[in-house]
Amino acid sequence: MSAHTHDHEHHHAHEPGFVRKYIFSTDHKWIGIQYGVTALAFLFFGFCLVMLMRWQLAYPGKAFPIAFINHLLGEARMPGGVMAPEFYNQLGAMHGTIMVFLGVVPLAVGAFGNYLVPLQVGAQDMAFPKLNMSSYWVYFVGGVVMLGAFFVPGGAAQSGWTSYAPLSNITVPGGAEFLSRILTGQTMWLLGMVFLITSSLLGSVNIIVTIVQLRAKGLTWMRLPFFIWAQLVTSFLLVLAFPPLEAAGVMQLMDRLFGSSFFLPSGLVISGKELAVSGGGSALLWQHLFWFLAHPEVYVLILPALGIVGEVIANNTRKPLWGYKSLVYAAIFLGFMSFVVWAHHMFLTGMGTTINAFFQTTTMIISVPSIVILTALILSLWGGSIRFTVPMLFALAFLPMFGIGGLTGLPLGLATSDIHLHDTYYVIGHFHYVVAPGTLFALFAGIYFWFPKASGRKLNETLGKIHFWVSLIAINGVFMPMFIQGMAGVSRRLYDGGTTYLHAQDVLMLNKVMSHSAWLLGAAQLVFIVNFFWSIWAGKKAENDNPWEATTLEWATPTPPPHGNFTQIPEVYRGPYEYSVPGAKRDFTPQHLPQEV
Amino acid sequence: MIWKHLGLPVDASAHGVQIDKLILWVHVLMIVLFVGWGLFFLYTIFRFRRGANPKADHDGVKTHASSYLEAVVALIEVALLIGISIPFWSWKVNAAVTESPDTVHIRIVAQQFAWNIHYPGKDGIFGRSDIKLVNEQTNPIGLDRAGDPHAKDDIVTINQLHIPVDTPIICEVTTKDVIHSFFLPVMRVKQDTIPGMSIPVSFTATMTSDQIREQLAKTITLPSEQKLEGIVALQDYAGKDGKAIVKAGKSVTDAVAKKLVEAGITEIRVGPRVPAEIACAQLCGLGHYRMKGFLTIHEKSDYQKWLAEQAEE
Amino acid sequence: MSADIVIPYNDTDRPDTGLYNAKLGVWLFLASEVMLFGALFSTYILLRVGAVKWEHGADILNIPLATLNTMVLIGSSVTMVLSWAALKAKNFPRYRLCMGLTFLAGIGFLIIKTIEYKAKFEHGLSPATSTFMAIYFTMTGLHALHVIGGMIVNGYLLGPGAKMWHTEPRRFTNRIEVAGLYWHFVDLVWIFLFPTLYLLPGKGM
Ligand code: HEA
Ligand code: HEA
Ligand code: CUA
Ligand SMILES: [Cu+2]
Repeated sequence: MSAHTHDHEHHHAHEPGFVRKYIFSTDHKWIGIQYGVTALAFLFFGFCLVMLMRWQLAYPGKAFPIAFINHLLGEARMPGGVMAPEFYNQLGAMHGTIMVFLGVVPLAVGAFGNYLVPLQVGAQDMAFPKLNMSSYWVYFVGGVVMLGAFFVPGGAAQSGWTSYAPLSNITVPGGAEFLSRILTGQTMWLLGMVFLITSSLLGSVNIIVTIVQLRAKGLTWMRLPFFIWAQLVTSFLLVLAFPPLEAAGVMQLMDRLFGSSFFLPSGLVISGKELAVSGGGSALLWQHLFWFLAHPEVYVLILPALGIVGEVIANNTRKPLWGYKSLVYAAIFLGFMSFVVWAHHMFLTGMGTTINAFFQTTTMIISVPSIVILTALILSLWGGSIRFTVPMLFALAFLPMFGIGGLTGLPLGLATSDIHLHDTYYVIGHFHYVVAPGTLFALFAGIYFWFPKASGRKLNETLGKIHFWVSLIAINGVFMPMFIQGMAGVSRRLYDGGTTYLHAQDVLMLNKVMSHSAWLLGAAQLVFIVNFFWSIWAGKKAENDNPWEATTLEWATPTPPPHGNFTQIPEVYRGPYEYSVPGAKRDFTPQHLPQEV
Repeated sequence: MIWKHLGLPVDASAHGVQIDKLILWVHVLMIVLFVGWGLFFLYTIFRFRRGANPKADHDGVKTHASSYLEAVVALIEVALLIGISIPFWSWKVNAAVTESPDTVHIRIVAQQFAWNIHYPGKDGIFGRSDIKLVNEQTNPIGLDRAGDPHAKDDIVTINQLHIPVDTPIICEVTTKDVIHSFFLPVMRVKQDTIPGMSIPVSFTATMTSDQIREQLAKTITLPSEQKLEGIVALQDYAGKDGKAIVKAGKSVTDAVAKKLVEAGITEIRVGPRVPAEIACAQLCGLGHYRMKGFLTIHEKSDYQKWLAEQAEE
Repeated sequence: MSADIVIPYNDTDRPDTGLYNAKLGVWLFLASEVMLFGALFSTYILLRVGAVKWEHGADILNIPLATLNTMVLIGSSVTMVLSWAALKAKNFPRYRLCMGLTFLAGIGFLIIKTIEYKAKFEHGLSPATSTFMAIYFTMTGLHALHVIGGMIVNGYLLGPGAKMWHTEPRRFTNRIEVAGLYWHFVDLVWIFLFPTLYLLPGKGM
């Protein structure tokens, strides 16, 4: 081993400078925090975009009441204070993109994965610390490129987060000069995606290697915390599903920059003129490549959330997770299956009977492991001694909220009922229930839970409870009415919320309900933001290194963990959730202790 | 009339009941599951709160009832899949290609942001169209009226789809530019229009526009706070002198409403003038939200009359 | 106290997995690369099946040059293996030689590629010409980028990175192995590209 080099360096050891410590740090914990703060900022920004959209949906055609914001956005976007339709589409596309690729994934995998994986497997850092640093910075650049898209001529991408071709190919193509073609919203979106994909790849390779190679002595596969399993499966999904979207992105870049026609069939007529391209491409090719990524991507959004919920539930029920093995196998199975359901997003693109039957069937199959996981988590509560701490409140609320989101996936997964529901607000309701009161709540649970480890202080309970209850009520006010609108047949991505459509008339007033709920939800987040920053400086100090009396390895470190994490490399003697072991004096037995205490 | 209970639009198609039935049954399954789990969940967190149960039980649930439950859910899913969803789809695909003697064929050519409806005319054969001939004002689908004899009698309308009731319809949907989605809520029809592809969708209307309007009838109180637009009276209303103010099927405008109020009539039964629409369900650009068309369902004989009128123009 | 950090299995195999970190890392990376090129090959199939006309590569592409390039690349794979074997045999000068040859072969490949591209442009052929040309430029271009990436790594290991041989020879040898795995992959992609683009017959022309 490198014992002598290590000794050698030791003599010269000195505190790294500011830049190495806080900006280009290679410490997984600091990188995790960088990811976390950046991702939260993006989440908040993405939320602001949607709050703006919700004004137009509730009061179509009315001027936005905050003059300062209208002024800031400018006449092109808000002529006379009224949102322009193309700006609405930009907000929608960027909201989706930002929430998914710049918000939730970096928070769930980049922040929680980075911060916790080495700690929970008992390692001193990630397997490749420098790679880790670069994956954060590549993500950062990707984010800057994405945001920059708002400032180029013609504005940001406006073809939905799905960027369906040929719409995305032909919208604001740029001029004859090469540079003017680069400086268009859609091209920036594609370039941004290439960065984000690269970053995710680097990050997830790192996580997998860390889990597989750096597990502490005694930490066998079946002793891994469920959170680690969730991160492992998630990382595999990222490694294998993202490259096809990268390929698609490269091809669309070729189309937009070099005039090829991968996604342009022959004979398109745009505004009365034949499109001058060679043709021969396929519009559906984009959809296949996109959904080949984007379906596994939705499990990337949910698996880390399930992992966090599992940790929080075990800790706050003071008992092991029920059916640990079934959780693990279900997560792995879910991972596999998620590669063969993608075309359930494309039922109405003219599929034949066989292909259609295949994808409906796989979609029904994939709902089973989710049901198994949820069932195991709910059953874990039975027999517990439940502490209703703030993280636990969020984790508990996650269960029925994910339940609603997951269950409403079923009518979408059956092609016959999808005929009516496809591309209506029902779909919007479905996936927001899984990502917002689902994943976001789980992430909040995680923030409240691990905050004391990272900062040494707890977030304020009272503010936390206000944040929780107001968010819970408001978020249901936003998304529940969507099912009603969807059933009535109201399409998504409508600039005026469906005002002119006959079938929308009876449910139009729900738009106001949803918008006001969304703004209330926004107000609740201010409570959280205040709590977050205030608690860093002035929150109640955590009682000790293990304030929640938890069992997993991250709690065996000093607080906050120093560079290198452990004062002594830990060894693991038991499974992750040895709570309330019969005969033991305390109701928890940490993994690293040789004997029960 | 499943749709009434689920908040779905009127179902005026022959096949729609299948879709509605599936939506109904899935939701029954979902609600049973959600309520079942929800009650268990609430009971559990109440019963095992720290105050009531200071010491947790290491083992927790010991039965394996949940596995049976999961199996049952999976079986129900399979039943819905094999019982309704897959057979429906294969019927749908087949119906779109098999035709009976009275089948009506219509081409739908979507574009940013309108629906071009193309009828084959008397000869029953669609004329050739050529993108070179496209002229947004005069010939949006580029029909070759000069070169192709079949094209001479073809009828092209914009945003106006007219069909006969109780007759199988096959719409061949396609697009000139980007992807749209041809959505007829009351027909339970939705089909993406894919550039370079022409996809048949079939349906049979079981109600005429008048019948659908009856389904949507509403009684409104006058004077109305909102501006009255696009509504027609569903019965005759006459003033005290017996002179008609508005006849069934005629528009109720603000002016008419004023007269009605003057005549002491404050409640009238009305319905939408065009009770069925074509919606675009796929984001297709900045005008996506206003890409609306109208669907009119005639009695069979009226449909022929309408065709004849159109042919004259 | 950054100096205290020891990442285990950087240079030795972990007993239960039988791998050192970078080797697992590169296999995962290659798996993702397989998905990347897999998507492009699927695109090729899909567009070709749907096409009315499809060029025969031999009619427009330069087969002799491409054959030469194939040999160059296969040759470089061989020298890559030899450079690793040299380190295993503790023969550093031979490593330098073999790695140098690998690097040179990379340059050779790129020169030939440039000649090929230039000829295409001179004949007015570009990605905008046809789907076939679009695929040709995209796939070979992406492949060339991979070659360049590999050369940057190889160049580093040949030049500044080679210092490690004197401090951590085992780890350095592992680096060469990992770089080699990547280089072979790039080679392999070309071996699929060559027949697909240059040799497969066209249709409808
Ligand atoms: C985290 C993200 C996430 C998750 C987990 C899921 C999960 C599922 N999704 Fe969803 N989906 C999305 C995100 C997600 N989806 C997004 C973003 C879109 C839209 C993209 C776009 O078009 O823009 C989408 C769209 C989408 C479609 C396309 C709809 C359309 O466009 O017409 C379909 C169709 O099959 C589908 C199906 C499913 C199914 C069957 C599941 C299943 O995995 C769900 C299984 C889960 C359950 C069955 C719940 C079980 C739980 C209980 C029974 C417990 C109840 C508990 C209590 C009461 C305490 N989804
Ligand atoms: C992860 C994904 C995600 C998340 C979390 C959300 C969250 C929300 N979304 Fe969105 N949404 C999408 C993904 C997501 N969305 C996608 C993919 C689309 C489709 C786009 C398309 O059509 O192409 C969409 C579309 C979409 C629409 C439809 C628009 C249309 O069709 O025209 C609407 C409408 O109301 C909406 C609303 C909301 C609301 C109110 C929230 C709220 O739940 C938001 C809640 C946000 C927070 C609670 C922020 C938390 C962060 C903080 C509090 C910051 C703290 C900071 C520090 C401490 C530093 N979303
Ligand atoms: Cu056409 Cu939306
Ligand atoms: Cu999906």
